[in-house]
Amino acid sequence: MRNKTLFIIPYALWIILFVVAPLVLIFYQSFFDISGHLTLSNYANYLTSSVYLKMTLNSVWYAFLITLVTLVISYPTAYVLNHLPNKQFWLLLVILPTWINLLLKTYAFIGLFSRTGSINQFLRFVGFGSHQLLFTDASFMFVAAYIEIPFMVLPIFNSLAEISPSLINASKDLGANQWQTFTKVVLPLSMPGVKAGIQAVFIPSLSLFMITRLIGGNRVITLGTAIEEHFLTTQNWGMGSTIGVILIIAMFIVMFITGEAKQKGGRTR
Amino acid sequence: MKKLLTVVISILALCAALAMGNAALNQHHGQGSGRLLTIYNWGDYIDPALINKFEKQTGYKVDYETFDSNESMLTKIRQGGTNYDLVVPSEYTVQRMKREHLLAPLDHRRLTNLHYIDPQFLNRSFDRGNRYSVPYFWGTLGIIYNDQKVSAGDVQHWSQLWNPRLRNNLMLIDSARDVFAMTLIAQGHSVNTTDYQTLKKAQDHLKTLTPNVKAIVADEMKMYMEQDEAAVGVTYSGDAREMMSVNHHLHYVVPSEGSNIWFDNMVIPRTAKNKEAAYAFINFMLEPQNAAQNARYVGYATPNRAAKKLLPKKVTSNQAFYPPARTMKHLQTYRDLPLKTLGVYNDLFLEFKMFAK
Amino acid sequence: MKKRHLTWSGLYLAVVFVILYAPIVYLVVFSFSAGTTMENYHGFSLRHYADLMSDTRMITIVFNTIIIALLASLVATIIGTLGALAIKDTRGKVKNSLLSLNNVLMVSPDVIIGASFLIFFTMLGVRLGFISVLLSHIAFCIPIVVLMVLPKINELSPTLVDAAYDLGATRWQAFSQVVLPAITPGIWAGYFMALTYSLDDFAVTFFVTGNGFSTLSVEIYSRARQGINLEINALSALMFLVSLLLVLGYYIISKHGGRHHRVVAVKEGDVQ
Repeated sequence: MRNKTLFIIPYALWIILFVVAPLVLIFYQSFFDISGHLTLSNYANYLTSSVYLKMTLNSVWYAFLITLVTLVISYPTAYVLNHLPNKQFWLLLVILPTWINLLLKTYAFIGLFSRTGSINQFLRFVGFGSHQLLFTDASFMFVAAYIEIPFMVLPIFNSLAEISPSLINASKDLGANQWQTFTKVVLPLSMPGVKAGIQAVFIPSLSLFMITRLIGGNRVITLGTAIEEHFLTTQNWGMGSTIGVILIIAMFIVMFITGEAKQKGGRTR
Repeated sequence: MKKLLTVVISILALCAALAMGNAALNQHHGQGSGRLLTIYNWGDYIDPALINKFEKQTGYKVDYETFDSNESMLTKIRQGGTNYDLVVPSEYTVQRMKREHLLAPLDHRRLTNLHYIDPQFLNRSFDRGNRYSVPYFWGTLGIIYNDQKVSAGDVQHWSQLWNPRLRNNLMLIDSARDVFAMTLIAQGHSVNTTDYQTLKKAQDHLKTLTPNVKAIVADEMKMYMEQDEAAVGVTYSGDAREMMSVNHHLHYVVPSEGSNIWFDNMVIPRTAKNKEAAYAFINFMLEPQNAAQNARYVGYATPNRAAKKLLPKKVTSNQAFYPPARTMKHLQTYRDLPLKTLGVYNDLFLEFKMFAK
Repeated sequence: MKKRHLTWSGLYLAVVFVILYAPIVYLVVFSFSAGTTMENYHGFSLRHYADLMSDTRMITIVFNTIIIALLASLVATIIGTLGALAIKDTRGKVKNSLLSLNNVLMVSPDVIIGASFLIFFTMLGVRLGFISVLLSHIAFCIPIVVLMVLPKINELSPTLVDAAYDLGATRWQAFSQVVLPAITPGIWAGYFMALTYSLDDFAVTFFVTGNGFSTLSVEIYSRARQGINLEINALSALMFLVSLLLVLGYYIISKHGGRHHRVVAVKEGDVQ
């Protein structure tokens, strides 16, 4: 059995060094203030300052909206894809953009949305005049949703694909119309995929930070932006870690709510 | 098994090839020899022709490396992996480096060309007697505006930025000290205020600016102002100059009630290996001819009085970049504040940004 | 009825695809523009590709990014495969907790991973730069490899291994000649997924890089902030080509190993 122990050593080391230790450290760091004194003041600051609480609520609200927009676009997409011949090929086309570097796509949107950019040129051309597109909530959410669509389409597509056609036929045989079949059979059966999709989109949306700056003009501050600011700009790691701990808690809450989805429709199946 | 091993080896070989490619690409750094001068400066902050001239004139070989923020430069100097002979930090960083004993004191007998520097730029509070630093360029924080969107009279003072007419048309630089500096000056306080109540009041005032703020950005501001994305921006004189060269509707103003003035300075780190060459380079750059050539290339204001005389009148009479004495009187430099106070600045600024939503 | 339904859904899908590909097409088209902005197209030119080819800094960074991706994926694949083999032999509670720990980095937001690694490296005194970035990439690539390899190991019937022993194989022979070939498709899939994860990462690298070391994402971030530069478009076009080739290669490999859509599904956690 010597072999087995040897196998597990590097993997166990990885778990200890890069999974457990960093999480412990972020928790540990959250008890230190900027001058390196052990304190609870970060948490006190977080809980009593209306600014941080408001920022958290705001962040959750934006993440909710982004998830909603993504879901509204993705569900019909997955549904239609599932009825196409060669559906695996079309699915691959949906996923292909995720292989393009995230920054490049965001960069493209800066060009598209700017005052002299292509969308405004088009709007002027059709007579709508030019509009402020960059630095608006709408553009921020659009870009965020854009990036996350494939991650929502996938799990929904997978769970739709798993629904046995005989169930749908049975429903039709029993006299249900298309709408009834959809709401009574297809939708409930695809819920695991929807939950997995929400999980895959909501948590990253809470922690967005690059898009808030490039597209949102730093006017939308999410939990992720706050962490990045505290770690890399203000060097206040204690406060950054505290917000990190809050984000981890939020993550567990989301996973708990969408919990059973992981077993069925999700990624680790 | 054999196949997998082959794959592993070919991946490693590919990595090695790429690494060698990198080494070849970056090979021009001459190694060893006492004739090497390693300079660490901001990106695009010297006329490359001057480096060639220096090499030819003195026989030294120059290795020129660049950084993009005082902080990253400082980290590298502290870490001490490379021995730089000459570095160009901003004034508050000079102060910090002095405190951390990272700098070598300058021997003024060897600075034969220091007398060309305008006395008003010597003996500043961040380095009394210029014991460690020689000014390289200087500049200000100010207002850039687009004359198609606002008239000059509307943007002469910091307080005018609060004008409701600028609604959603103002870009701020993403820097706690600079945004607080403009607010503190608008309220008649020092840019080095450490009193919490005063800062808090400044933040309250800043929050009322929120409706006007379109975005809080860094380098992107150049691109956005050039593209008419906003009417007014708060930025540094050097960046302003770049924007103005692209978009002729842009103009730069230093409010007469005061603003921040900053200096980038040549210093010699304690770990320097070739101080001889560093002194030679400082003197070379202080030569009026060379300083003027450099100022023409870089576009920042030169502290070199003799060099300024060699620049076109059009440049030196531009009050936006060489403000008149009455404005100069009101310009303030940043002091290196205690960590705790900087923390307060940053926290209040972050709060403002959150509020800005 | 049926027909109309199809056209509407077809139209919807077309709109979605247009949106999904618009930014990419936009970048690629302007990479061939003779102008310098993304406002107006100025006629065909390859000058931005020429600029890119003579930009030593950018080429160095592209090389660095590829080195990091290749090396990190390689190490992650080795450790992850060993880990998957080890997990296979555990039971019950131990197995569950190992799997949960494995998934922590899959579901954690990148900001948390980056921030916690930064604390970790700073405490250990690891110099930020190539090494810290490489270690981080290895770290966040391992769980994907495990998830790719594990199903293949589970499919492996124990009788096959026993048969090998019965035929007089040593443990090493059984491993290298029976187990390894059987799970090779999973290992390949793991390596490819790790590669895409590493190539695409921005947030983690952004936190743990330093001392002038930069990867493509981080460099694009700082360049995008300095303004539109069509050299970046040229780079995007090239990268799109590489991605296409990678996806194609990956598609062929996973076709070979069957059931590819499950494999693809794992990329989910990797936004931001």
